[in-house]
Amino acid sequence: MAQQSTLMGFVHRRRRGAELFLLVLALVVGIGAYAAVGLGVQGKVPADMLGYGGWLAALLIGAHIVIRFVAPYADPVLFPVVAALNGLGLAVIHRIDLAKQAEGDAHDFAQQQLTWMTLGVILFALTLLVLRDHRVLQRFTYTSGLAAIVLLLLPLLPGIGATINGARIWIHLGPFSLQPGEIAKVLLVIAFAGYLVLHRDALALAGRRVLFVDLPRGRDLGPILAMWLVSLGILVFQQDLGSSLLFFGLFLIMLYVATERPGWLVVGALMFVGGALLAYAAVPHVRIRFDIWLHPFDYYDSGQSYQPVEAKFGMGWGGLIGRGFGDGDPNRVPYANSDFILSSIGEELGLTAVMAVLMMYGLIVERALRTALICRDGFGKLVATGLASAFAIQVFVVVGGVTGLIPLTGLTTPFLSYGGSSLIANWVIIALLLRISDQARRPMPTISDDTAAFSQDDTQVVRIG
Amino acid sequence: MNKPIRTVSIFCLLLFLALMINATYLQYWKAGALNDDARNRRVIVAAYSQERGAILVGRNPVAESVESDDKYKFQRTYPKPEEYAPITGYFSYFGATGTELTQNDVLSGQDDRLFVTNLVDLLSNDQAKGGNVALTIDPKAQAAAFEGLKALGSDVQGSVVAIQPTTGKILAMVSLPTYDPNVLASHDLSSVSKASARLNDDPTQPLLNRSIQTRLPPGSTFKVVTAAAAIEKGLYDASSQVPGGVTYQLPLTSGPTGEIDNEGRNCGANNSKIPFALAMENSCNTSFAQIAEKVGAEDMRKTAEGFGFNQHYFDDLTPQALSVFPEKLDDAQLGQTGFGQFDVSATPLQMAMVAAGLANDGSVMKPYLVDEEQSADLEVLHKTDPEELSRAVSATTANEVTKLMVATVDDGTAFPAAIPGIDVAGKTGTAQTGQTDRSPYAWFISFAPAEDPQVAVAVMIQNLDIPRDEVAGGQLGGPIAKAVMQAVIK
Repeated sequence: MAQQSTLMGFVHRRRRGAELFLLVLALVVGIGAYAAVGLGVQGKVPADMLGYGGWLAALLIGAHIVIRFVAPYADPVLFPVVAALNGLGLAVIHRIDLAKQAEGDAHDFAQQQLTWMTLGVILFALTLLVLRDHRVLQRFTYTSGLAAIVLLLLPLLPGIGATINGARIWIHLGPFSLQPGEIAKVLLVIAFAGYLVLHRDALALAGRRVLFVDLPRGRDLGPILAMWLVSLGILVFQQDLGSSLLFFGLFLIMLYVATERPGWLVVGALMFVGGALLAYAAVPHVRIRFDIWLHPFDYYDSGQSYQPVEAKFGMGWGGLIGRGFGDGDPNRVPYANSDFILSSIGEELGLTAVMAVLMMYGLIVERALRTALICRDGFGKLVATGLASAFAIQVFVVVGGVTGLIPLTGLTTPFLSYGGSSLIANWVIIALLLRISDQARRPMPTISDDTAAFSQDDTQVVRIG
Repeated sequence: MNKPIRTVSIFCLLLFLALMINATYLQYWKAGALNDDARNRRVIVAAYSQERGAILVGRNPVAESVESDDKYKFQRTYPKPEEYAPITGYFSYFGATGTELTQNDVLSGQDDRLFVTNLVDLLSNDQAKGGNVALTIDPKAQAAAFEGLKALGSDVQGSVVAIQPTTGKILAMVSLPTYDPNVLASHDLSSVSKASARLNDDPTQPLLNRSIQTRLPPGSTFKVVTAAAAIEKGLYDASSQVPGGVTYQLPLTSGPTGEIDNEGRNCGANNSKIPFALAMENSCNTSFAQIAEKVGAEDMRKTAEGFGFNQHYFDDLTPQALSVFPEKLDDAQLGQTGFGQFDVSATPLQMAMVAAGLANDGSVMKPYLVDEEQSADLEVLHKTDPEELSRAVSATTANEVTKLMVATVDDGTAFPAAIPGIDVAGKTGTAQTGQTDRSPYAWFISFAPAEDPQVAVAVMIQNLDIPRDEVAGGQLGGPIAKAVMQAVIK
């Protein structure tokens, strides 16, 4: 399977020109949205328009140049899509800043977010520069696993751990506060991938068949049980359903991909349902949350469902094409610039923009999974699949929560939400994906290429890239 | 590993499809229901920040939106706040009443008939404007009614309603005490809350539109209904002799509680006959109790319902209190209803309709307040057509009752409403409250000119801080009715 692409005589082109063209479009989205916020809210183009646009353009084009040099065969769609999402997110955060200022609550979250983005893009470039081959990461399987667990435990430590909005997922380091879970996500994917590549045969081949499904052996259940406990621990001790669901789902999907055995999914799903039922029965807090999800409007008057109901009102108010920047009231929803940024977009830019954002997320996942498909090594495949699924699950959990499809949990909306840890981690994720896709799309070493070309006279391969 | 990766791709595709379908459901299918939720403040703020149409009396607005430079963009103002408050109602951040409420669709521009205008506004990027509502009110009659009622004293509680008999147009509608809707329309929301709480807690109920929301025993003004029922039944005409008496013992009763008198007015000796005109002129309770008994409960009710009792007929303001003629009556109660006591109760609008029905040859027109609904460009969307509510009595009966009422103004208790050179038909009323510490309710109904009526008026004074024995419908209400009629006729 690894040789499929070359066997068919297909060689990927670099497509850096296409990336640049898409990036220009992305910049138009980002900078245009920023100008539209100024025009809509204040009636004039923002004073710092040139500086802001210049900074954004320089930053992203700089990153593009880095890609050109160090990952010339990388997927050309991922980076511009991410740039567009980040630019749109900045504009919406700026919009919420203006709304907060109008209420006398002066903040400049957009400026901070731009700083975080700068940091994120620098880390993105550094990752690409330093990590020339993603397989190197396989060496750090256990190190990253350990680091991930330490990071996940950090918020529980007294002194630096902090509880914000009921979830103990924050740590304070001097003036900074960050969510180590976001970084742990990346590390966990690497750890899982490394572990599974080594143990996939044992996990895949042993077991017995029950009702058309191959169930794994009892002793192989060890790692999945451990991961289940870790997820449960996050749920119980940190009160963070979103992260718990994300880590467990991520692990399950990677296990399934590594072993090619759907039995793992069955076992995992049963464990998840069991855990959820247990939590529902044992924890009154969970029961209320579940009921608020089913009947949000019944809890509005008591204030318990103020946030989700206001988000729904906002999105309904936005309708198909939205109210336009400045003509909605997105700031009615608490955390309109972070967890609930999608309801702000839905209100002022309408269903059209929500669909566009979802399409962009879908595109990221699709490009990442495509990278996994064409990747030549198992580790790379697993990392790409893991990152793609993490992305998909995170988007599903947060967007589904905001729109009421599933119970509300706290997770950031990748690249849109205000929040440094999440933004930086996601930029690194994209860097990893680009690195893997660069490896995957890069032509095979010349020896195999030449034999392929000679043995198939009827298919003349013309090299362009 | 590619097969499971493809499966995962399909799984992710399903996740995103679910999100997209749900977003579409929320923002497209369910959007209308979400916007209709009464708790949705976005809709309220948007409605509040909109340029509403004006409420017009003649060519002048009594409610209009003017631009303001705060976040709500437009300030609702009421140029003649207190005079028109019962009609316009108020439009505040927290809700609306009166015409502001009932005509909200037109005023806010949500009405389907304004769709094309709104579309043009949308395409030309203009802010959508609401349509205007033109009222039937005659500004002179309204001013005369307001000034007249207010002149009775600062603490007066009462109402004046004037109707054009041939159409049912409401020409004046005044209720006191009143309030300033500008205060409630203010953008200073905390002061609005305070003012609103103060008005709601006020024992004199300034927010109440007494014209349609207060029903009280109509007292002697109801005698015209009794007379109409009797004449319609063929018992009498205007020149007949009717039973009189200084006192009259109601059937089924004994002793002073069941004995009625005329408070000293000349109504003949007991068991004698007196002219019908005299009974009306001197407002003889003893006569009308006996007439009502002769008519019978069934026909009394039929006639009363013909004039609008026990019916909902007014849509332009809400809520309307139902004027009541009781369903079941024994003979003693029937006698009392003959002069508008017992459980008979009527709103001022109802008594104006009684006068208007008699003025319009027995045909009661459905009362209305909204004459025209217009688009923002003054294009007429809808003009209300006069509509008969019911035929209360025949034209002959109406003419006979009119004769009695003209006599009452010329020679009887209703003399304060007389206008030189014009025949005025009128009737006074002073209804017992049933409480010794409260002054009686004073009523007055009239219409003019008697031969070609242009206006019918009802005046009701619920409470006034003057000695009990000085309260008389004719003295208090007559001059006000006269002023209103003069304002219309001239």
